[in-house]
This record gives sequence, structure tokens and C-alpha cells, in this order.
Amino acid sequence: MTEYQTVFAHLDDFTKGGVEVINDDPKNYVFSNMFDVASRSKPWEKVCICKNLEYVVEVIRAEGVSEWRVTPHDEFAIVVDGEVVFDLLAPSSTLVDPAASGSRALPGEPEGKKMGRITAGHGHMVLLPAGRCYRMSASSPSVVLLQTIQGPDTIERWAAICQKY
Amino acid sequence: MTEVTVNTGEANEYGYKPFSIGEFNFSRDEHFVHVTWPTGTHVTSAEPFLKALTRDVAWNFFYGTINFDAVLGTTNHYGNVDLFAGRFNEAYRKAEIDHMENFPEDEIKAMFTAMLSDWTNESFDPFAAPMETGSAFGSKSGNNDAAVTRTRVTAKRMVGLPGDEKIRTDDSGYPVNRAFQDVDQSEPLVEVEPGYEDEVSAYNFFAYLSRSDVTWNPSVVSVCKDSLYCPTTEEFILPVIHGNDRVEWFIQLSDEIIWEVEDGNTGSPRAKVVMKAGDCATMPADIRHRGYSPKRSMLLVWENNSPAIPDMIARGEAPVVPVKF
Repeated sequence: MTEYQTVFAHLDDFTKGGVEVINDDPKNYVFSNMFDVASRSKPWEKVCICKNLEYVVEVIRAEGVSEWRVTPHDEFAIVVDGEVVFDLLAPSSTLVDPAASGSRALPGEPEGKKMGRITAGHGHMVLLPAGRCYRMSASSPSVVLLQTIQGPDTIERWAAICQKY
Repeated sequence: MTEVTVNTGEANEYGYKPFSIGEFNFSRDEHFVHVTWPTGTHVTSAEPFLKALTRDVAWNFFYGTINFDAVLGTTNHYGNVDLFAGRFNEAYRKAEIDHMENFPEDEIKAMFTAMLSDWTNESFDPFAAPMETGSAFGSKSGNNDAAVTRTRVTAKRMVGLPGDEKIRTDDSGYPVNRAFQDVDQSEPLVEVEPGYEDEVSAYNFFAYLSRSDVTWNPSVVSVCKDSLYCPTTEEFILPVIHGNDRVEWFIQLSDEIIWEVEDGNTGSPRAKVVMKAGDCATMPADIRHRGYSPKRSMLLVWENNSPAIPDMIARGEAPVVPVKF
């Protein structure tokens, strides 16, 4: 029986494909690579790599300890490289309008009750629940893919990350 | 609710029943499916036809146009469906032999479901990779309703949460696929304070995908309002040529897929998109695409399921390309 090797990419080991144009503009495909983006990001920057109206997918270079954030809606984090610890906290008061979009940074450590801690490795998906606070930490450079809605800290730098020619 | 009547007839010498809807007539023999309409005819191999038909039924006609091949297909109008021959084929249009009829969704779905059940033999699983199924060909031999009526996984919030879709295990009938034997199966460490069991949750998403028993069949694993993560495992060729009616995103999680992209209306080639692990690309709303996955791979399809989009499409307000830069 054939022994298959599954190819995953990593922050320090990725090979990009690309758009081979026949009769089109490559920019129409908004082509990037999440590890290429993370390799050129500062820790905890939320860089948008996919966008469909108000919804986005962000790439986050996880390195060190993040600020605490509060999310008005569910978000979902996939650790696509390394290991990331997620601390979750139920705030003692409402910290964000539930109708808002995207998570908000919080000053310092919010008051509230500890909900738990998740240590997530390669390929693990974590729920960041609506109305709750979270903080991420990574002892070595790691990468998180975040399913969310565009918020005040979402960074769009398409020309810098996407194939143009 | 009105009962839907499926137009069918006596089985032919190969054991397969004929089916018709509107002015379209479908029949199959040991190798081929034959389609006729007032201005033309079409013949296609039974295997790719059944693979496309299975997905069109399972996906409830999906988003936009499902081309079975360069001639035949459906376009979803979310409540009613166009069945067409040659509608998106420039040569058929010029020759004026194309044909299209619109049907209520329940009517065409009932007919497609009956045809799929009658024409799929016991040995053939249209969702499976070529090396994991028997033959679609030959005279009628039983059915494989268990395979073609698989429930599509649609998590309400996230796989693994209490009351939601369950993670896959050996015990639940989902062994690790032969092509993903090297995928780490370890689960995250979840430490929960009492009372937060419904919210503090995580699972091994890659292990979940490694245990998928179907190919080219997106399922929903996480839901952020109308944002749906619809991952799928891919091997060989996407059995349909998907014509987008909205922007769609692909995130290549493992291995490689090569996408052939054509103009949605004419089929004229526009681009080839080679996606390797970590690559992200959008499919614009005016194209059609078909993927080729040399080795079984993990693909994250990301959809905006907003019910406002069909109206935006009708008004020409939905973006064709999601980002300008």
C-alpha cells in the first residue's frame, strides 16, 4: 500500500503556489499565503487574508502574550502552526455591545471569573465565545487563523501580501 | 404540502428506469447517460454524471451554477432551479441548440433523487475517491442509497460542543483515511471551570478532517453568524464545474490543488490557480472552477451564507471580486 505524506506548511517552511493567468488579472484572485503573511507580521497583528462583505479571516502571528480582548460574537481560532494557550474569562460586566463587529482590545486584565484554559496545538480549533474575554500566549512563534467579523483592529494590507502580476 | 410526482417509466434491458422533467428526458445504459431536449441530445459517462448528480442533490443545488460537464447543469435561484443544456456553452448558444427550463426546487430535487437512487449500483459510492469505490458501470445491480443519502454535516455552532455535531472516532465509524495516516490525532488540553462546559471547547480539526469518508463534499464545522467554515477533503477531480454566483474563498490547509478557472458564461479559460499548503485565494463571482487534487488534501472552503446575497445578486450589487487593491 502506498505510504502517503501529508504536506502541511509552517512559519519557517512554506512554498507558495500562484495564479497562472490565461485571460485575467491575477489581482482578481486575492492570492496570498498565511505563513508568508505571518512571517512578515508583528506579534498579535490581525491581518485580513480573506474578506466577504463584513466577514473576514485573519492571520495572527502568536508570539509572547497578547492583550486581553473581548468579542461580541463567536470567533473560531485554528492553530495552524506551533502551540497557543487560550485563557478565557467571563467578565463581571458587559464590555462590548453584542451588536458590534470584531473583537476589542481591553486595557489591563478585565475583572471577572476564570472560565478555563485551552492549550491548542497544530490543527486544533478553539471556540472564543460571544461576550467573553480571551488572551492568547505562545512560547515560540506560532500562527492562528481566526474566523471573525471585521473589527477596529483588522488590518488590510492587500497590496503588500497578494500576488499582483 | 403538494405531493411531487416523478415522471418515470419501465426499466430498460439494462434494468434502469427512464426519467423526464419538462422537456428534458434522461436514460442510462451500462456505460452512458443519454439526455434529450427539443433542440439537442447529449451523452456522457455514467460515472461522472452520478458523482455530479449526488453532489447537486446533497448540496440542495448549492450556490450558483453546478455544471455537470460543458453542456448540462443546474442554476440555483433558492426556491426554484434552472435545468439547462448548453446554456453556458458558447458554441451551443451560437448554434441555438441550447435549452433551459425552470422548476420548483422540490420538483427537480424529487426527480434527481429518484434518478440517483435507481441509477447508482450497490458497488458504487459517488462520494468516494476513485481508489475507494467499486464500479458505476454495468447493468443495474441493487442500490447504494446508504451512500448517496449521507447526511451532510452542518454544525450549528462548532463541532464537538455539547448537543452539536460530534467529533469523528474509530468507534463512531470514521477511521483515519489511508492518505492521512500521518496526521496527528492528539486532542487539545481543555481545562474547564465548573459551569462553563458549553463554552470552553476545542477539538482537533485536522484529525476530524483526516477521518472524512467523502471527497469534494464541504461540511459546516463552525458558524460565526453567516460566516461558515466548510472544510472538505479532496482527491482526484471535483466532479462538478462550480459556477459561482457569489464570492467564495479557498484556504489550502494541506497538500495541493490545481484549479482551472473559466469564464462563467462562456467557458473560456481565464486562469490556473495552483494552491499549496497555506495558500489562500478567492474565486470571483463571475467564473466557474474545477479542482484537481493529486493527493488527498484538506481544503477549507469559506462561504458567506447571508440570505441577503441572492437579492444583492439580483440587483447586481453583490461584489464580483471581494477586494480591490
